Amino acid sequence: MEIHAQESEHLATSTGLPNIKLAMWLFLASDCMLFGALISTYVLYRGASVVGPYPNDVFDIPYTSVSSFVLLASSLTMVLALAALQRGDVGRSRVWLLATALLGMTFVGGQVYEFTTFAHEELTLTTNLFSTSFYVLTGFHGTHVAIGILMLLTLLMFSFSGRLGPEKAETVEMVGLYWHFVDIVWIVIFTVIYLIPTGNPA
Amino acid sequence: MASVSVRAERPRGLLRRPTATTGFWSWFTTVDHKKIGILYGITAFAFFIIGGSEALLIRLQLARPDQDILSASVYNEMFTMHGITMVFLVVMPLSAAFFNYLIPLMIGARDVAFPRLNAYSYWAFLFGGLFIYSSWFLGGAPNGGWFGYPPNATVDPSLGMTFYSLGLIITGIASTVSAVNLAVTVINMRAPGMTLFRMPVFIWMGLVVQLLLAFSLPIITIGLTEMFFDRRFGTHFFDPAAGGDPVLWQHLFWLFGHPEVYILILPAMGIVSEILPVFARKPLFGYQFVVFSGIAIGFIGFGVWAHHMFAVGLGPVANTAFGISTLIIAVPTGVKIFNWLGTLWRGDIRFTTPMLFSVGFIAMFVIGGLSGVTHAVVPSDYQQTDTYYIVAHFHYVLFGGAIFGLFGGIYYWWPKVFGRMLGERVGKLNFWLMLIGFNMTFGPMHILGLQGMPRRVQSYPESLGLSFWNLVSSIGAFLIAVSVLIFLVNAVASFRKPKEMEADPWDARTLEWTTTSPPPEYNFDEVPVVHSLDELWHRKYSQTQGGRVVPVPAGGSGEAHGGGHAGGHGIHMPGPSYFPLIAALGLPIAAYGLIFNWWLVGAGMVPVLAGFYGWILEPSAE
Amino acid sequence: MRRKTQSALGLVALIAVAAACAPNATQSALEPAGPYAQKAHDLFVPVFWVAAVIFFVVEGALVLFAFRYRHRKGRDGIPPQVHGNTRLEIAWTILPAVILAGVAVPTVAGIFELARDPGPSALDVRVLGHQWWWEFDYPEQRILTANELHIPTDRPVYLTLCAVGAGYEGAPTPSECQPGAPEGAQPASLGAAVIHSFWPPELAGTQDVIPGRVNHMVLQADEPGTYEGQCKEYCGLSHAYMRFTVVAHTPEDFERWVAGQQAPAAPPDGSAAEGLQVFLEAGRAGCTECHAVAGLRDPSGEVIRGSNNAPDLTHFASRECFAGCMFENNDENLRRWLDDPPAMKPGSLMPAYQLSAEQIEQLIAFLNTLE
Repeated sequence: MEIHAQESEHLATSTGLPNIKLAMWLFLASDCMLFGALISTYVLYRGASVVGPYPNDVFDIPYTSVSSFVLLASSLTMVLALAALQRGDVGRSRVWLLATALLGMTFVGGQVYEFTTFAHEELTLTTNLFSTSFYVLTGFHGTHVAIGILMLLTLLMFSFSGRLGPEKAETVEMVGLYWHFVDIVWIVIFTVIYLIPTGNPA
Repeated sequence: MASVSVRAERPRGLLRRPTATTGFWSWFTTVDHKKIGILYGITAFAFFIIGGSEALLIRLQLARPDQDILSASVYNEMFTMHGITMVFLVVMPLSAAFFNYLIPLMIGARDVAFPRLNAYSYWAFLFGGLFIYSSWFLGGAPNGGWFGYPPNATVDPSLGMTFYSLGLIITGIASTVSAVNLAVTVINMRAPGMTLFRMPVFIWMGLVVQLLLAFSLPIITIGLTEMFFDRRFGTHFFDPAAGGDPVLWQHLFWLFGHPEVYILILPAMGIVSEILPVFARKPLFGYQFVVFSGIAIGFIGFGVWAHHMFAVGLGPVANTAFGISTLIIAVPTGVKIFNWLGTLWRGDIRFTTPMLFSVGFIAMFVIGGLSGVTHAVVPSDYQQTDTYYIVAHFHYVLFGGAIFGLFGGIYYWWPKVFGRMLGERVGKLNFWLMLIGFNMTFGPMHILGLQGMPRRVQSYPESLGLSFWNLVSSIGAFLIAVSVLIFLVNAVASFRKPKEMEADPWDARTLEWTTTSPPPEYNFDEVPVVHSLDELWHRKYSQTQGGRVVPVPAGGSGEAHGGGHAGGHGIHMPGPSYFPLIAALGLPIAAYGLIFNWWLVGAGMVPVLAGFYGWILEPSAE
Repeated sequence: MRRKTQSALGLVALIAVAAACAPNATQSALEPAGPYAQKAHDLFVPVFWVAAVIFFVVEGALVLFAFRYRHRKGRDGIPPQVHGNTRLEIAWTILPAVILAGVAVPTVAGIFELARDPGPSALDVRVLGHQWWWEFDYPEQRILTANELHIPTDRPVYLTLCAVGAGYEGAPTPSECQPGAPEGAQPASLGAAVIHSFWPPELAGTQDVIPGRVNHMVLQADEPGTYEGQCKEYCGLSHAYMRFTVVAHTPEDFERWVAGQQAPAAPPDGSAAEGLQVFLEAGRAGCTECHAVAGLRDPSGEVIRGSNNAPDLTHFASRECFAGCMFENNDENLRRWLDDPPAMKPGSLMPAYQLSAEQIEQLIAFLNTLE
């Protein structure tokens, strides 16, 4: 009697969901609390900085909007990559995976540029409460994106060595879940930090 | 334990995937949940001895007024490390030991959902603990209290609190990853027929604990990150001069910290809920109520955190809200006591050592719970907070509660894990000495607190009239130490006995007792099919027409399954792996780098990346 | 099980007796000496007794069941497998909820009562928590003192709690925490501004003293006397040595104390005048680098300005204790302190000035004139 008790999720499960999917959702729920705490810190300290520069002095909303759109687009390409793989089109899946990774890198690059601009405008990590909470929050998010890019590039590597066929669609789906989560968190960050106006302290 | 044969693998890259599941080195590569459970248990117990020694030093210093056995600086490190050790490096991993070993066995699974991730959690925990302790030699141990309130914790010039913030992030990663793993295991890998309401209470408590961990740990991770950034990079999260608010830390800490105390107590409550029915020979009274109250505690536990902050000045409205929510949570907590009493009622009670610890748990937890209710009387809490009255409360629930429950579990499952019993007579001595010593140590602290002794004081003057009870308390602490030594003697002596334990020495009720003691690597010969709660009991006993409980005739399905003839069955278990250890090793290296040298951070990233890539690339044992 | 019962009862009796007797306890929350502490006590005692009753009932049941239902030889049957009793379980869920609701009502009332502003009749005092001593600033009376909080018995005292220390220069110190007397004093910059907690248990429960925030509490003493207290929130090396006393006077005596504190120091002569010299010259910049003494002039006739980094010493000799109330204010203790403060108090921010024995005697003579 062959009983496979290994780490694949092809065993019957009590809920019918594969273990990996359940695990990813639970992990993402946990990650929500992480960003919740960071965003709460930012919101709590809104208007509390003793010295400038203040948000209105440095934010370039049009620029960050473009950057946000880039990240949003990458979620679309992620979906397309998964769909391509699921219908067996490995070649297309590679294209869309690459596109997702490139869009992600563009986003991160855009953030790096944005932060260097802020630094030139005298807003560094330790300048004031705004800088402290802003850089740590967006830094955490950026790190999450970077890890996602690493995962995408790894998937690409597997794909090129012939090991990412349609039977591995689930793995791509998991990376996709993570990627979409990171995108949604950015939407919240962009709205709460950039879009909601905050008057500078008198 | 029979070795499971795995076909030799083509080596991929530098490291051939290991195959041995026995022998010394197998402990470093094991992904077997049972071995990992044992590793957690041994490590946690070692930290228990260390944390206990720290407590003895504290009690030595406080035995008489105005002493200077420990200087103020060392004393502050001592109580800080005692708290950190007992909470994060003893009770949590000891509970993890039980969860790791027992969850698959009790739900009829062969392993957890992600065996290598499981190993990773253990190694990350071990390295995190060692990292924190290395601070003694590298610039001073943490000295800001286990609760680390800024600004005191952020402005302290020694490196201790930096080690604190990074070390607890590492152990937090270990626990979060483990929480996801075990939650998925419970939700998704139950044996056929084991619906949620046929799960043992211990499993339910385990599920609630994993969810509490998953949702509360990220909050303190952020708090610790913010503290680390303030200390290392000069940010202003908790810096009042820049407009920062030290109270933000308190919110973040206690939003984790309160669910944390339920994380600490629910496993022991689960253990006691398993032990009582076995030795009273009747089922847990009100299984559903006990389960629902555990779930309720999990939810409400997120709504009481500011009862640790009543004196902070949040205002009467906030204090009222949290006072009321604290009173509310007393209900599901207290209700369980009645259920346990109902289990004893009209039972046929055998006072084995596990049973003694479980009854002791109830007795001590009632005291701790009642003093907790008095804290909820907010104006009175203005007097109680930050005094030894609080110290008394939490030791009654965490030592008299959690530790007693865990010791009960150790005595109860020892034969299953190690194939021998712990000595009963020595066990009883262990229990009574511990009970007396414990009450002698912490009972007087109620009085000391109300009579004016604050917490975290290196000494107290003779004139305050606190000397007598402090002396009694210190003597009690040494009695506890003796009782722990007796336990160690008992443990060592048990290994001198031959390893010939039956599957079900206690005549128990749950699935782990259907397989051999110890279980084979694959847990069960055949995955059990479950028809009811207390499945094993119902296989052994049935009820006659007249309502009498009688054994099922011999030859029924009560025989133990599993054993030597399994080797040829072809049950393939996940193979061992180096990579979880390697990946975990990168964490402390990177952490040292964050404190001392940026190159080390890069160096730490190498094993992290190598570990994870090796992990995903290595062939599975097929 | 008899032994367990006996030892449990014995322990409880011992605790009850000891708690009731409260022998030499001089900082006890169980001995309220004013209405605010009384309020907390009046809530605690009934709840304690309710808890005690529950304790006896539950532990009693536990002991009873353990005894009554223990396995006896010859009885080998398995007891009936009772799974529960829904009605009973609902009842024992509702009953505690009702009891706790009963506890909640006076609790909430007490919270709001203690938070109420005592009104214009109250005496205003600003309490400043330094590492590791307490400063008391009376804005209306223009008095600055340390370690002893003097109050009258006939009215409530409204305390404004502030944490002070380094890092506050130019920072958004809450306006209520700005320094008052003496004229032109700078915010304290010695020691770190950390969280403390002001606790005089016989007169009131604690409130925390948090940098960047302003907390308030009220206390009042029924009778004249000395009431002890100390810092309750861990604040560093000398947390255990950040003590204080509250000295309650009759209204007339209080006015007399105020007048004495408002008077400037008298110019010293003889050995004490030498001591003033030491005071001005010790170390690099003299003791006035951290301390202040109002109303004296230096040899060149300049008014001596000091700093409030450390306790104001104008009326040092009128105080019973010093160094965060660690030591009784007498010559012997002063001698040891002035010789080497860090050896006496962990982390002391007052350094050792390498004074000669003669200089120390002169300094003590000077300090003794500062009534």
